[in-house]
Amino acid sequence: MEKNLNRLDFPQLIDKPLVYLDSAASTLKPQAVIDEINHYYHDLSVNIHRGIYDEAYEATRLYEETRESVAQFINASNEEIVFTRGATASLNLVAASYGIRLSEGDEIITSELEHHSSVLPWQVIAKKTKAKLVFVPLNSEGRITTDAFKKVLSSKTKVVALTYKSNVMGYVTPLEEIIPLAHSVNAIVVVDAAQAAPHHKIDVKKLDVDFLAFSGHKMLGPTGVGVLYGKQDLLNSLEPTEFGGEMNEEVNKDTSVWKDAPYKFEAGTMPIASVIALAKAIEYLQNIGLDTIENHTNRIRNYAYQQLKKIDGIEIYNPNSDSSIIAFNIKNVHPHDAASYFAEKKVALRAGHHCAQLIIKWLGIEACLRASFYLYNTYEDADIFVQTVKSAVKFFRSVGFEG
Amino acid sequence: MEKLDNLYREIIMEHYKNPRNKGLSEDPSFITVHIKNPSCGDDITVQSQFENGKVKSCRHDGHGCSICCSSASVMTETVTGKDINEASLIANNYLLMVTNKPYDESVDLEEAAVYSGVRQFPARVKCASIAWQAFIETLKKGA
Repeated sequence: MEKNLNRLDFPQLIDKPLVYLDSAASTLKPQAVIDEINHYYHDLSVNIHRGIYDEAYEATRLYEETRESVAQFINASNEEIVFTRGATASLNLVAASYGIRLSEGDEIITSELEHHSSVLPWQVIAKKTKAKLVFVPLNSEGRITTDAFKKVLSSKTKVVALTYKSNVMGYVTPLEEIIPLAHSVNAIVVVDAAQAAPHHKIDVKKLDVDFLAFSGHKMLGPTGVGVLYGKQDLLNSLEPTEFGGEMNEEVNKDTSVWKDAPYKFEAGTMPIASVIALAKAIEYLQNIGLDTIENHTNRIRNYAYQQLKKIDGIEIYNPNSDSSIIAFNIKNVHPHDAASYFAEKKVALRAGHHCAQLIIKWLGIEACLRASFYLYNTYEDADIFVQTVKSAVKFFRSVGFEG
Repeated sequence: MEKLDNLYREIIMEHYKNPRNKGLSEDPSFITVHIKNPSCGDDITVQSQFENGKVKSCRHDGHGCSICCSSASVMTETVTGKDINEASLIANNYLLMVTNKPYDESVDLEEAAVYSGVRQFPARVKCASIAWQAFIETLKKGA
C-alpha cells in the first residue's frame, strides 16, 4: 500500500476484522472528517449567513470556504456550486426545474446503466410533459458508446442525462465525446458523477458539462450533503424547487425576489456540519491525489479480479470494467444467500439490484453481488475476499446448492 | 460456521430444491396475495382456498433466495388441511419466532420450526417472513 493511504485514519478499520468492500454505496469516513463535524457541533453549533456574532461568522466562513474547495475540486467557480442533500437531490432539482421546459415531441436521452436517481426524475418529468425518454442502446458488454449515442441523438433531443461511471459495472461513459455531440443539437447534459467524483479528477470546464451531481458520503465525506454543479447562466435561469428562509432577497405579500444562484437553491437551514466537513474530505483526497487513489484502487480491483476469475462456479458480469467494481454471482446461489455468508466472514459487500434495476434486468439476472474497492483497501483485503468467495462456493455446494 | 449451518438446514434445502405446491391455480375460489421486497427482489405470490373453516389448499409462486422460496413451500405444506384458526395461530407464532420475539412454544410449528436459525441473521428475517405474511393477508381477505 502506498505510504499516503493510511488505514489508521479510518476509525472503522481500527481493531476490527472488517474487510470493507462496499465503498460504492458509501465510503468510510476519516478521523479528520469526524473531527470537523464535532468541531461544528462542539464549538460553533449556530446558523450561518444570519448572525453577526463570532460563532456565526466562523461557521459561515467554513461553509463558504467549502464551496470554494468544491469549486476548485472540479474546476468550477463558487457561484456554480449548490449544496444539496446528496446527488439524488441534485439530479431531482435539475429534472424538476429544467424539466418543466420540455413538451411533447422533445426527447430525453438516458441509459439502462443509470442509478435510479439519474433516470427516475426524468421518467417522471417525461410523463408530466409528454416528452419521450430514449435509452442509448448498450453494447454487448453493457457499455454506453459514442456510436450508440449518435444513433439516438437527434434535433428532438433536449436533455441528455447519463452516468459518469456506472455503480454496478464500473464503466466510464465517454463524456468527452458525447457532450459536444449533445451540444451540437442544443441539448443540455446532466451527469450523475456520484461514482466518478471519488475516483477521477473531474474538470467541468474541460468537459463543458451543463449540470453535474455528486454526494459527499461516497468520497469520504458525511451523509446528508451533496453538490450540484451548474453552469452559471443555467443556474441563474432555473427556478428554485424549494422556497423558504435565506433563499430570498425580498418578500412581499404577492410576489418575492430570489437571491442569485447558488443561494436561491439553498432554502432553510442547510446541513452545516456535513457541508463544512466535506471540505476536510476533499482536502484528504487532494493530499493523496486522485491519480494515486485511482491507480491504487484499480490495482487492487484487478488483483482480486485475476484470482476471482479462476474460481469455478463464479459468474463475473463486468470482466473488463474500467475501475473499482466487481459485479458477480456464485452460480445458482441467490446473492442474498451468498451475502449472509460474506457477512459472517466480516466481508462487507452489497447484494441486490444496487438501485439500478435497469442494468440488472439488462443482464437478465434477479440481483448480484458487488465488491467495490477504495483507497483504504489492501492486497490483503483482496486476498481475504477471494478466499471467502472460494470457501463460500464450497459451503453452498456442501449444503446442497447445485454447481 | 455453526450459525450458517444452522440456517441452511437439510429440510430448508430440500424444500428449496423440490418446492411443494408451487405454481398458481386458475381457480377463482383461491384468494391471491402478492408481496414484493423491493430491497432484495424477493417476489412471492400466495394463494389460499378456504372451505368449511379449513385451509383446503395453499399454493405459491415467485422467486427469491433459498430462505424465501423454501419458506413459501414449507408454509403451504404446514397450513394445508388445518383449521383456519390453527393456521392463523401457527403463522403468527412463526412470525414472532423468526423476528426473535416471545412466542407460544406450545404451538407446533411442524417443519417451519427449522427457521429458528434465521433469528441469528436479522438481515434475512424478511426473507423468511414474506410468504407467511402473504398467507396471513389471504386469511384477512378471504377466511
